[in-house]
Amino acid sequence: MGHESINWHSLFFLLFALLACGMSLAVVFTSNVVRMAVYLIFALSATSGLMFLAGADFVGAMQLMIYVGGTLVLLIFGVMLTAQGPFINMRSGGGEWAVAFIVGSSLLAVLVTMSISVPQWLPAPAVAHHPAPAETPAPAETETPAVTRTVAIAADPPASETPATEAPAEAAPKSETPAVEEHAAPEEPQPQAITGGPTEDMRTATPIGMALLGARVDKPKVTGAAGYLLPFEIISVHLLVVLIGAAYLARAKKRVG
Amino acid sequence: MNLLTQPIGVTHYLVVGAVMFVCGVVCMATKRNGIGMLMGVELVLNGANLNFIAFASPWLRQDSEYALGLDGHLLALFVIVLAAGEAAVALAIALNYYNNHGTIDVDRADDLKG
Repeated sequence: MGHESINWHSLFFLLFALLACGMSLAVVFTSNVVRMAVYLIFALSATSGLMFLAGADFVGAMQLMIYVGGTLVLLIFGVMLTAQGPFINMRSGGGEWAVAFIVGSSLLAVLVTMSISVPQWLPAPAVAHHPAPAETPAPAETETPAVTRTVAIAADPPASETPATEAPAEAAPKSETPAVEEHAAPEEPQPQAITGGPTEDMRTATPIGMALLGARVDKPKVTGAAGYLLPFEIISVHLLVVLIGAAYLARAKKRVG
Repeated sequence: MNLLTQPIGVTHYLVVGAVMFVCGVVCMATKRNGIGMLMGVELVLNGANLNFIAFASPWLRQDSEYALGLDGHLLALFVIVLAAGEAAVALAIALNYYNNHGTIDVDRADDLKG
């Protein structure tokens, strides 16, 4: 062990994973609902750390902002409005715990066995894995006319003479904003179209925004309905309906009992 | 297998997600507080979300051309938004229940039993 260097990605993964699992277990094992809310905050924050470590920067940020900043504040409001006197500590019977533990442990055994049984899901060898997402900050910025960067330029016409793209700068007509495919096509020699190879621009906010508008800039070869415009619209209307329904349900009424 | 020197794969993420999922299921099954059951639902959704993120990442696996890529990120985003909506409506229902029954114990919600 001593002669091998510490993989810092793994170290931080272990930190966040232990925090997430321990706080989830604490949520289950405490019976005080206020403490459950606090443990849940730590568990969800550690989950966002795991998302950052997997390279999902935008989703991790949204996890922090929407979940921890929005949903949990809502839950804590619910706790504060209902946790009075005997309702703070409510314990279940032993029989319920026994059944829940039998079901939960068997479910956990099945899931963990499934997880470790697929060899393709094991990590890549360490030499090929060294440019992990958390460990290559700077060089990806300088030498990549990646697809996402090109789209960011194409969406902004006055910035099209920035020196970020060296090859297509003169090939691109500066006056009109060209389509995404025109930019993305000549600089796509690599066959894999994943959002980030180790040398590409690995930020995911711009491709996610374009995909929500219906354009998949991370997969230029894919044509047809690959975008997420319709789910985005559906979920927008869904959120509106949810807000109206929640406000209707929770309006002040005269207390019956 | 030393966890500090070995790289991290999808398997590790799946195990963490499985632990969170099972914690959420046990939390939903054992808590008598309605808000506690909501917290169990949040844990379940987070475990599933962690699996989406793990499968989306091309660095965590050997066959990185089969990674979900941006689709996994988008599905995780939709799950987050739906969880926010679910929490809002369920919390409104819980508050309504508390106002009507004077308790938050879900075992007392047996009016339909007749």
